[in-house]
Amino acid sequence: MSFRTKEELSKEAKVLLDKFLPIKDNLKPKDRITIPLQEMPSQDPVVRRGNLDEVALGYTEEQARVEAMRCLQCKNKPCVAGCPVAIDIPLFIQHIVDGDYQSAVNVIKKTNLLPSICGRVCPQEVQCQLPCTLGKVFKDVDKSVSIGRLERFVADWERNTGKVSIPEVKPGTGKKVAIVGSGPAGLVVAADVRREGHEVTIFEAFHKLGGVTRYGIPEFRLPNYVIDQEIDTLKKMGVKIEKNYVIGRTRQLLDLINKDGFSAIFVGTGAGLPMFMGIEGESLVGVFSANEYLTRANLMRAFERGVADTPIYKSKKVAVLGGGNVAMDSARMAVRLGAEKVYVVYRRTEVEMPARKEEVAHAKEEGIEFHFLQNAKRIFGDEKGKVNAMECLRYELGEPDDSGRRRPVVIPNSEFIMEVDTVIVAIGNNSNPLISQTTPELKVNKWGNIIVDENQKTSIDRIYAGGDIVLGAATVILAMGEGRKAAASINELLKNEK
Amino acid sequence: MAKVLFKKQLSKDVFLMRLEAPLIAEERKAGQFIILQTNEDVGERIPLTIADADKKDGSITIIFQVVGKTTFDLSLFNEGDNIPTLVGPLGKPTHIEKFGTVVGVGGGIGVAPLHPIAQALKEAGNHLILIIGARTKELLILEDEMKEIADELIVCTDDGSYGRKALVTEPLKEVCERNFKPDLAIAIGPPIMMKFCAETTRPYGVQTLVSLNTIMVDGTGMCGGCRVNVDGKAKFVCVDGPEFDGHKVDFDNMMARLNSYKDMETIAHKCRLEEEIKRKGGLK
Ligand SMILES: Cc1cc2nc3c(=O)[nH]c(=O)nc-3n(C[C@H](O)[C@H](O)[C@H](O)COP(=O)(O)OP(=O)(O)OC[C@H]3O[C@@H](n4cnc5c(N)ncnc54)[C@H](O)[C@@H]3O)c2cc1C
Ligand SMILES: Cc1cc2nc3c(=O)[nH]c(=O)nc-3n(C[C@H](O)[C@H](O)[C@H](O)COP(=O)(O)OP(=O)(O)OC[C@H]3O[C@@H](n4cnc5c(N)ncnc54)[C@H](O)[C@@H]3O)c2cc1C
Ligand code: SF4
Ligand code: SF4
Ligand code: FES
Repeated sequence: MSFRTKEELSKEAKVLLDKFLPIKDNLKPKDRITIPLQEMPSQDPVVRRGNLDEVALGYTEEQARVEAMRCLQCKNKPCVAGCPVAIDIPLFIQHIVDGDYQSAVNVIKKTNLLPSICGRVCPQEVQCQLPCTLGKVFKDVDKSVSIGRLERFVADWERNTGKVSIPEVKPGTGKKVAIVGSGPAGLVVAADVRREGHEVTIFEAFHKLGGVTRYGIPEFRLPNYVIDQEIDTLKKMGVKIEKNYVIGRTRQLLDLINKDGFSAIFVGTGAGLPMFMGIEGESLVGVFSANEYLTRANLMRAFERGVADTPIYKSKKVAVLGGGNVAMDSARMAVRLGAEKVYVVYRRTEVEMPARKEEVAHAKEEGIEFHFLQNAKRIFGDEKGKVNAMECLRYELGEPDDSGRRRPVVIPNSEFIMEVDTVIVAIGNNSNPLISQTTPELKVNKWGNIIVDENQKTSIDRIYAGGDIVLGAATVILAMGEGRKAAASINELLKNEK
Repeated sequence: MAKVLFKKQLSKDVFLMRLEAPLIAEERKAGQFIILQTNEDVGERIPLTIADADKKDGSITIIFQVVGKTTFDLSLFNEGDNIPTLVGPLGKPTHIEKFGTVVGVGGGIGVAPLHPIAQALKEAGNHLILIIGARTKELLILEDEMKEIADELIVCTDDGSYGRKALVTEPLKEVCERNFKPDLAIAIGPPIMMKFCAETTRPYGVQTLVSLNTIMVDGTGMCGGCRVNVDGKAKFVCVDGPEFDGHKVDFDNMMARLNSYKDMETIAHKCRLEEEIKRKGGLK
């Protein structure tokens, strides 16, 4: 598909809107399925290789209303079951058809507090858009209603029109709740608990808030102003924020209750412990975890050379190991940092790649080369200890494994050399053990994930947990969902006390 | 945010600062460090050892050498100024117990991190031999403080401008050859010094701790940038360290990794640094 500008897409949509709007209340399913899927306007791939600006520009109003008219308004709402927080999808979409964006936002915000984030980063093709009837009609999930894009449209509309309202906070109860970690899980708990009138303090290890949405997911996918706005709302609700505060180091977890007078704690510390391959040469200069590479570029702003003090490695040929969102983000960041060649090296095939489809498509447009059914065996360095090549092995797909994906099997004697000066390891994260190590009473499983019951309560009374620290590296919406459950449990606990 | 309570220049480019940080002062133990930024938006996060702390007035002391952009910026902060980012205490505390005789070796700025550890070891009842060294007399720091806690203090300079003319490994070797060989050695300083200290004690079988100063970003185990090879395994200095068994550390790899950004930093920082030094009237 050749690149089309936002103006072109918008003009096409205008024609369709003029045709369908007058009959919007009488559209039959057979009319709806003739409406073409609205393509997401994006920055020109050639231009965006050199900047950090957002790639997906968001639907225009015309596009949003046309896309919304594609929805069949199914009575059984299969899409809702695919959304981890069960947004009433057809209802908010109908409000868009009617041009009542405020009502659409209100429907979404009943269950999803961060729609401008989820609309951008949810893996919709395996969540809400997977069971969509329209996708089934076309036997192609890519032809489902673009639910995420519509969600983003109304969330952005709310922000751009300055209509974001500050949720009402009940009169003070005098009870204090501590939130550890300011990722999506923590932010959601803060909002929900604060609404009940409890005093809320967020403790964050870093000097900036937002967790992975700040330091991991790059600006070109999720701009900082989106996160800033969510945090600003929390501040206006009266949530207190303590940055540069590492629980387990600056203060022990239990001291928050025993010494500082908190009645309950939510632990949302994420999955921040990078995995490495454990292969020869991984400690050479030029091998990075995706976490380090992205943190330098995003949080420490190393992308802005000459402005930021934090340096980032200068690379010509980069290999990224892995096939998830983290791998895509690293590869696309490397392109933006000036690498001439960027290879994504993945053990399985494109079908098994866990990354969002949109990211893979964008990565390809940006010139990233995919090497499927290959993996690193060892990394070589020069006399100064700097990476200069990587030895790889070829794989083929064998029998399905526990996850149902076909297991990659190595092809004997298939070694070959790939010339690279940088290797970014993006094969996943384990749970950060800082809190569990310093709080031995807190029960964790063998991967270090905190064990919780159905109410998100941990093995210690008054301490709740959720998000990646419980689920292992998961998604924003799942972290949020757990946060909402934990908040409800905390509110319930505190309601029943003096 | 942390207020600078006191500032003193110890030598040509070494500064001591006392910072207001009551929580860190309360929790910290010997061997731990902090991370700070001189600018929250664009500043680098740099690790510095907590050289001392006072629970009563809620302060911690850092001693740092100006080697690049951030340490230079930091040297321009004055009493009453606020350091925007200060987080800690980070890293595992030193394991302190009564070992018997302990020899501590501090080289250059490494004398600063050695001081709190030596202090704690002394309090635990160890017989303390301290060897401190520097390139030249002007760069020697904390001699009086070390004299106060040491049962025996050996001072040396590379050029013989003060104390004994020797590298610290010489007296260390002699100490190992004594009738009562030390039960533990701790060496803190430039990586090359720690490497050779470990080589010096190895034949005598004296367990030798080193405190590694790798490049760091978060300091909480999230990025892996601080990793070193210890006994063939990757360890994260910020959470598994900063102290490790010096006989097992791959120093050559560590030194290569420390230089990861050297070309870039020397080009980018040098021009900016020189400009800034000119603008701010130079270092005193
Ligand atoms: C590069 C990358 C891309 C991703 N892309 C997507 C995507 O496209 N779509 C999607 O849905 N998901 C994506 N994810 C996953 C998603 O970001 C996470 O699932 C989500 O952020 C988890 O939220 P959380 O609140 O559990 O934890 P986090 O976002 O990890 O936040 C945890 C916070 O706790 C802080 N913290 C940790 N320990 C302590 C402590 N001891 N004391 C104080 N604070 C502490 C951390 O500094 C951090 O700010 C991506 C992840 C990465 C790394
Ligand atoms: C646990 C720990 C404790 C430390 N304690 C102290 C201390 O008490 N006092 C003190 O003066 N320094 C200490 N350091 C070293 C200090 O962090 C570095 O000197 C500082 O990061 C340099 O920053 P800069 O921006 O001024 O220099 P940069 O411009 O970043 O670098 C200048 C030069 O120093 C090298 N360098 C960069 N980072 C480091 C580093 N982390 N360690 C050594 N060299 C580096 C670079 O390769 C470059 O050649 C400690 C380091 C660690 C990891
Ligand atoms: S929150 Fe995510 S899964 Fe739910 S409707 Fe929105 S985009 Fe789909
Ligand atoms: S399944 Fe698809 S078509 Fe049906 S209501 Fe949901 S979004 Fe609309
Ligand atoms: S500094 Fe990032 S893991 Fe140690």
